[in-house]
This record gives sequence, structure tokens and C-alpha cells, in this order.
Amino acid sequence: MSTSEQEIKNLISQEYKQGFVTELETDTFPPGLDETVIHRLSKVKNEPDFMLEYRLKAFRHWQTMKSPEWAFVKFDPIDYQAISYYSAPKRKEDGPKSLDEIDPQVLDAYKKLGIPLDEQERLAGIAVDAVFDSVSVATTFKGKLKDAGVIFCPISEALREHPELIKEYLGSVVPHTDNYFAALNAAVFTDGSFVYIPKGVRCPMELSTYFRINAANTGQFERTLIIADEGSHVSYLEGCTAPMRDENQLHAAVVELIALKDATIKYSTVQNWYPGDKEGKGGIYNFVTKRADCRGDNSKVSWTQVETGSAITWKYPSCVLKGDNSVGEFYSVALTNNYQQADTGTKMIHIGKNTRSTIVSKGISAGKAQNTYRGLVKVLKSAENARNYTQCDSLLVGDKCGAHTFPYVEVKQPSAQVEHEATTSKISEDQLFFCQQRGLSAEDAVSMIVNGFCKEVFRELPMEFAVEAQALLGLSLEGSVG
Amino acid sequence: MLSIKNLHVSVGDKPILKGINLEIKAGEIHAIMGPNGSGKSTLSHVLSGKSGYTVTEGSVTYQGKDLIEMAPDIRAREGVFLAFQYPVEIPGVSNVYLLKAALNAIRKHHGEPEVDAMDFLTLVKEKVRLLEMDEKFLYRAVNEGFSGGEKKRNEILQMAILEPKLCILDETDSGLDIDALKIVSEGVNSLRSPERSFVMVTHYQRLLDYIKPDFVHVLAHGQIVKSGGPELALELEEKGYSWLDEQVAA
Repeated sequence: MSTSEQEIKNLISQEYKQGFVTELETDTFPPGLDETVIHRLSKVKNEPDFMLEYRLKAFRHWQTMKSPEWAFVKFDPIDYQAISYYSAPKRKEDGPKSLDEIDPQVLDAYKKLGIPLDEQERLAGIAVDAVFDSVSVATTFKGKLKDAGVIFCPISEALREHPELIKEYLGSVVPHTDNYFAALNAAVFTDGSFVYIPKGVRCPMELSTYFRINAANTGQFERTLIIADEGSHVSYLEGCTAPMRDENQLHAAVVELIALKDATIKYSTVQNWYPGDKEGKGGIYNFVTKRADCRGDNSKVSWTQVETGSAITWKYPSCVLKGDNSVGEFYSVALTNNYQQADTGTKMIHIGKNTRSTIVSKGISAGKAQNTYRGLVKVLKSAENARNYTQCDSLLVGDKCGAHTFPYVEVKQPSAQVEHEATTSKISEDQLFFCQQRGLSAEDAVSMIVNGFCKEVFRELPMEFAVEAQALLGLSLEGSVG
Repeated sequence: MLSIKNLHVSVGDKPILKGINLEIKAGEIHAIMGPNGSGKSTLSHVLSGKSGYTVTEGSVTYQGKDLIEMAPDIRAREGVFLAFQYPVEIPGVSNVYLLKAALNAIRKHHGEPEVDAMDFLTLVKEKVRLLEMDEKFLYRAVNEGFSGGEKKRNEILQMAILEPKLCILDETDSGLDIDALKIVSEGVNSLRSPERSFVMVTHYQRLLDYIKPDFVHVLAHGQIVKSGGPELALELEEKGYSWLDEQVAA
């Protein structure tokens, strides 16, 4: 175990520590959404015309849609006209960005979050794209990556620099008609990361994006697109935090992954958006569409997520297993405390022959929180010898919370094998007493038991993230015993 | 070390212990014997701080402090150790992690620095050998999939590493075959010292063949009905517990 007790303890003794606000001069659109806002947005970002067309098409479609109501979450209707769709720290001039040009306050904010953007200070081996409200403020190690042929840049830059890749792939996994929030995102997305790994290249370092919401009354609409060309390999991490505010804020992201023949993408998330206070006031609505297209034979996509933040999480990272022998994996820890609600899970769509998928979901519910696993395993007629294994475990802390499981299985191919295992358990008095009798405080004991429960998922995370995830669990469970 | 005076304990409205008196000095081994339902396990639970028991009368003083007032984790850090009758499983938490976390919690309580990783491993491996356990046990989840005997040995391993002052063994011999019983007993014997006291709760004399007590007490109907030396255990083995009832009744 690399994390010392002390570190975890220090973390537990704090409240949501990323809840600070950075005072900045910003360019912020007034609240409201119509076609002129979209024109303005596209112009501010200096986008090619095809993007404006794409956005308008999405917007028009969105207006015909209704907010989905099938998830096991409750919230008041969102007033989309009360949200500002663009906010960015003021910059002097456009042009090549260097760290000197970034507002020192922004740099400071990332430093406080433990993400120094100075390459000298960074841990070697991880490149970072830092997205602050609506814009990417810095991307590190771009040069080194370029030497390997890897493109890692803000998506707004990719729209201008690599329109051919954007035209081919953007919206090809999650079309703008996919769902309500995906349509909204297609219309108003502002930034996010773009990754292209060329044929046969193993990305020389971990790539990561750190999303930060700072401004009030804004929505964050990130768009991430990762393309792994034939035989390539990439590991990508994302982290998220936001200030503490009484109002709810919307984060509606779309992430598309494309894995071509023999390519592997590993995508890890530690989501720690502000969850709201103990009475359930405030917090981020995290309504996210994440989908991977295993387009080529023998391709593999692995999603690992640790979801501890957000007032509401609505998110189903999925894999469409088109290529023969392609592999989809989903490892998830979702923790809800106080009044948090999570409805999360995955979809594995088996199309190609000999496709395999693994789902390991660990839901932890404490306080008065509701935690739902919702998953779909679909095996089409073409997917001969497809296999799925699903393990879905829920852990309850206390007796006022809820855990729910909605597994859907549709199999149209008789040779398919689908397994589903599910358990629900409670941290028992006996376990707690045992740990206390060995000298651990009740909170340390709960934290240890929960970490043990999540172990199968944590071992899928890159080392640095695993440590952070463990610490976060302890922190998020604060006050759940006693 | 431990002074129990007129201790009355209830579970809900039901009185279980009805006036226990017991003095345990440093270095002594006391065996508590008695039939099922006599309150043996209740006594070990109350001493270690398990919830669900109400002390209605009397006092327990441990090293000059009121033990009943202390939270269970504080008792543990102050040196009270319970070897559980039914050790619980903690999936996903490795034995070695629990041991280290517990040891550091205790060290911190006494103002000592965290144990050095290498020193810790050396210590743990030495104790593992002592209890004739496989080192693989260290990296398995706490008690998960352990046999009854392995669980009990694991309890003694924890005791050996945490070095408590007052060890309460709650029916440690139950579920052990004769070989395991020998190993566990040797483990306990190796921990005997003039500063360490033991309370052994047991049903049967056979444990006492391996761990020689200084005193034997017989608990019945929530009271200590007879105290004596090791010879009392032999007498019980021969006559059973019923003659005591007759004696008490008479």
C-alpha cells in the first residue's frame, strides 16, 4: 500500500477541498440560448463553417427533444435560458499560448488542485490538457508527443488544425441525435481534448485532461474525441472539480472513443465535481454520454471510473463491439453520500464475432443517497461466441440510503454466454467493531472496508490515480458513521 | 492491571452479568470457565467495548482508568486486545494492510512515529514463522476463505504484532484441532511476560493443558461461583458444571 495512513487521515479531516473560487476577469456570454448564441460561440472559437452547420443542426434537433425521465434520479427542471454557455479567462491576444500568457491566477488554481502545469514540476510521464470553464488553458508536453506523431490538443484547436479528422470522426460514435444532453452538447460544446494516435504507435506517456468549473451560472460542455489508429495504444485519464456553490450547475459532456484494428484505449476517470452540501443544496449535475466504438478487429477499450462527486450523476460509458474479437471493459466505483444521486452503468453491444465484455460495478451508498446501477448487455445475431461477464456489487453504509440494480440483457445469438452476478451487503457492526478493537477509529475502519470493497476496480487504475481515488473515498465518506 | 467490581450488565432489559468481582494483576493468567449462557462471552465483549451492552452497576478499572468510559478503539490503543470467538472477514483488505494500519494507530496514540516499512515486514515475518503460518496469509484478504483454525491463528498473529497489555481470548480453542491448538498455545505462551495479563474464556479444560492459568474462575448465571487454582479446572472436567449449581443452591 503506497498511501500512508497519515495522508488519508489528513484528507478525511477536510471538507470538499477543491471548493475554492478563483477571482478572474472573464469573457462570459450573458445567459440564454438561441441560434445567435451558437453563431457567436462558433465565431469566438474561430471555427470552420462546417462546425457552425453541425452545431445549428444539433441545436434544431435538440429543440424537438425532451429531457429524459427514465433514470432513477430526481431534480427540478433545468432552465436552459438561465445558463451562460461560454466563460473563459480573459487573454490579451490570440496566438500561440505559452505558460507566461496564462493568467497567473489560473495557474495558481491548478497548482492548488495539485496539477502544476509547468512541465518541470509535472510528474514525468503524464501530459495534461487543462480545461478551465469553457476553454483549454494549457496543454503540456505537446512537443514531446508530436515527436512520436501523437496529436494531443484542445478540441477547439483540432477543429482548425485537423478538420479532416474531425469531419471523419466527430459525432460518428455519439451522433447529435443520440440523446437530449448529447444533442445539447453538440450544439454548444466549447472545449475538451482531442487525441490522435497514429498507426502502430504506443503513446509514450499517459495523457490526461483536468476539467475545472470556476465561473458561476455557467454550464460546462466538454467534448472529447480520442482516435486510436491501427495497432496503437493509449492510456487517458480525466479529473474533475468545481467550487462550492448553492446553485446547481450543469456539466453535459460527450466523449467519443474510436479504436481501429488492433488498437487499445484505456480511459480512466476520477470524477469529483462538487457534490452539494450535507442538506443536498448545490452541486453539479453530471449528465454525460461516453461511448467507445471498437471499430476494428482485435481492438480493446477499457473504461475505469471512480465517481465520488456531483449532486446527480447520469452516465453510462459504453462499448460498441463491432470488430471481431474486440474487447470492452467497464470497471466502476460510484460512491454517493448525503443527498447525492447516481444512476450509472454501461452498455456493451456485441456485434462482431468472439467479442468479449467484462463489467465490474461497485456501488456504495451512504447517508440518504440513492445509487443505481443500470446496464445493458446486448448480443446481436452476428456476434457468434460473444461472451459477457457482469459483476455488480452494492455496499450500504447506514440504513437511510438505497442501492438499486437494473440489468438488461438482450441476446439474439444462441452461442453467446452471458453471466451476471450481483450482491448487496452492508458494512456490518461486527466488521466495524473488529477494526475498532484493533485500534482503528470508526471512520478509518469504514474507509478501509470500502476501499477493500473497491479493490477490483482500483487495481485497474493507473498508480497515481489509484492513490487519489482511495483518498477521495475516505473524504467522501466523512460523517457517514456515528 | 484490571479491577472489576460488582459488575452488572444487561442486554436490553435482560440482566446477564449480576455482580462480577475480579482482580487481575500484571503477568497473571486467569481462566474463565462455565456452561453455555453463563455470561462468559458477555464479559469479554463488555471488557473490549462492543456495543449493545448496558453496564447498570459496578465498575471496571484498567491501569487506573475507567475502562467503561473508553471508546473501543481507545481501549485497543491502550492495550486491550480481544481475540474473537468468530473473527470477521473483510473482503479486499489484505491482512498485512490491516496489521500495519492497526499498529500505526496504536503507535500514534502513544506519540510514536509510524513503523518503518522494512522493520514492519521483518517483524511480521518473524511472527508468521512463530505461528507456523504461510507467508501467503499476509497478502490474503482478512479471514476471507480461512478455515476455522486459520482464523484463530490469525487472531494470535495480530496479538503478537500489536503487543497488547491485556489479552482477552474468547473461546480461542473452539474449532481447533489438536495440532492447531498446540501451535496457538505456543504462540500465546511465547507472549507471556510479567507485564502482560491474559483472560482466557473457555469451555474446556484441554486449552489449560497447554496454557497454564494462575487462576480459574467458574461463571454461572452471571456470577463467579467458584475460584481456585489450575486444579479447579481438572475438577470441572471430571464432574461437569452441575455440581456447582447444587453447591450454589445449597
